[in-house]
Amino acid sequence: MPIVTMTVNGRPVSADVDPRTLLVQFLRENLMLTGTHVGCDTSQCGACTVHLDGHAVKACTVLALQAEGGAVVTIEGLGAPGLLHPMQEAFREHHGLQCGFCTPGMIMAAIDIVNRHGNELAEHTVREELEGNICRCTGYHNIVRAITEGARAMAAPVLNRAAE
Amino acid sequence: MFAFTYHRPSSVRKAAALAASVADGKLLAGGHTLIPTLKQRLAAPGDVIDLGGIPDLAGIELRGRTLSIGAMTRHAEVAASPVVKEAVPALAYLAGLIGDPAVRNRGTIGGSIANNDPSADYPAACLGLGATIITSQRRIEADDFFTGLFETALEPGEIITRIAFPAVKKAAYVKFANPASRYAMVGVFAAKRTADIRVAVTGASQSGVFRWTEAEEALKKRFAGRSLDGLSLPADDMISDLHGSGEYRAHLVGVIAQRAVEAAAG
Repeated sequence: MPIVTMTVNGRPVSADVDPRTLLVQFLRENLMLTGTHVGCDTSQCGACTVHLDGHAVKACTVLALQAEGGAVVTIEGLGAPGLLHPMQEAFREHHGLQCGFCTPGMIMAAIDIVNRHGNELAEHTVREELEGNICRCTGYHNIVRAITEGARAMAAPVLNRAAE
Repeated sequence: MFAFTYHRPSSVRKAAALAASVADGKLLAGGHTLIPTLKQRLAAPGDVIDLGGIPDLAGIELRGRTLSIGAMTRHAEVAASPVVKEAVPALAYLAGLIGDPAVRNRGTIGGSIANNDPSADYPAACLGLGATIITSQRRIEADDFFTGLFETALEPGEIITRIAFPAVKKAAYVKFANPASRYAMVGVFAAKRTADIRVAVTGASQSGVFRWTEAEEALKKRFAGRSLDGLSLPADDMISDLHGSGEYRAHLVGVIAQRAVEAAAG
């Protein structure tokens, strides 16, 4: 089987994989990073969103082998217990989740939005940009609030921020 | 997915040689059509040739009045590119309407064009701007490239390397998106470059993207939405599905084409 090598949350990883292995399977089943979820498995719901080379991608629609040489950041790479990423903190503070299934993808998408649109986000921008992330608890109101607040918080200097 | 052998060639030449040497190969660009197709077992290639390891296939450059976009350039890059926004603003706008942000970070212009989905956006831009598709073997005019539903003039193993667009400012794309999938129910790309007037329609026809020649003729007198008053397309060639009947789509083409022309003439 071909060998794939990439960095995940700053850590170099390498494994023999069946070419059919999806990036999300590789993360969850090889690396046991189960924070990245599989919702629809059809690149619609966004629960599997991770960052590949600095951009949000749906890990259910990327082969692990396509990420060869790449840098992946998952929800586990953002913060640590007791030291949440400002976007995670904003989701907690504003109750931007109900069941929590879509949350890892929402947060990874949210940080990608901030990376592209900056720290002052109009509500309309956030709603447009969340087109590819579905919350079946219909919790968008608080999610949008969390993202606009999290975006502002990301502008503030933070000591010891992990990976991102 | 059925099992396949994966290849990651480092040059177009190697990729083309590989494609020629395997019986049942499939080229992988961004993978946002091919991977879902493989998952559903609607395709079972013996070999998948990933073009992601070929650095010179991506990139955007403006040479004189020609905007050249590498086949592996992601939709997000086209949408955000200051070069594209300056040379062909309508093209950057169109790229920003494809899928969702994460999809745009993976999907590629070459992949979209090679697939020629009848509801895809890029084929309308290629046909509407009179682009040239440059492959590992030759140059193909957009007018000769899109040959039918999911069909193109590409030979087996032929690889799109770049797409050359003329820099056209008087151009606009208007998309009536399916509210769920965001694919075009109807998308019209209208452009005027000196005497060359083009109206390309995607999403509507059972035969894929097409030029609405009657509209183009009517616009020669005056490039304005009103020139299309009274024009209609036959409904029998239109896609008819749960989202809309052929009659509905035929009517929609007229409405969206008028809006596109107005925006382009703007």
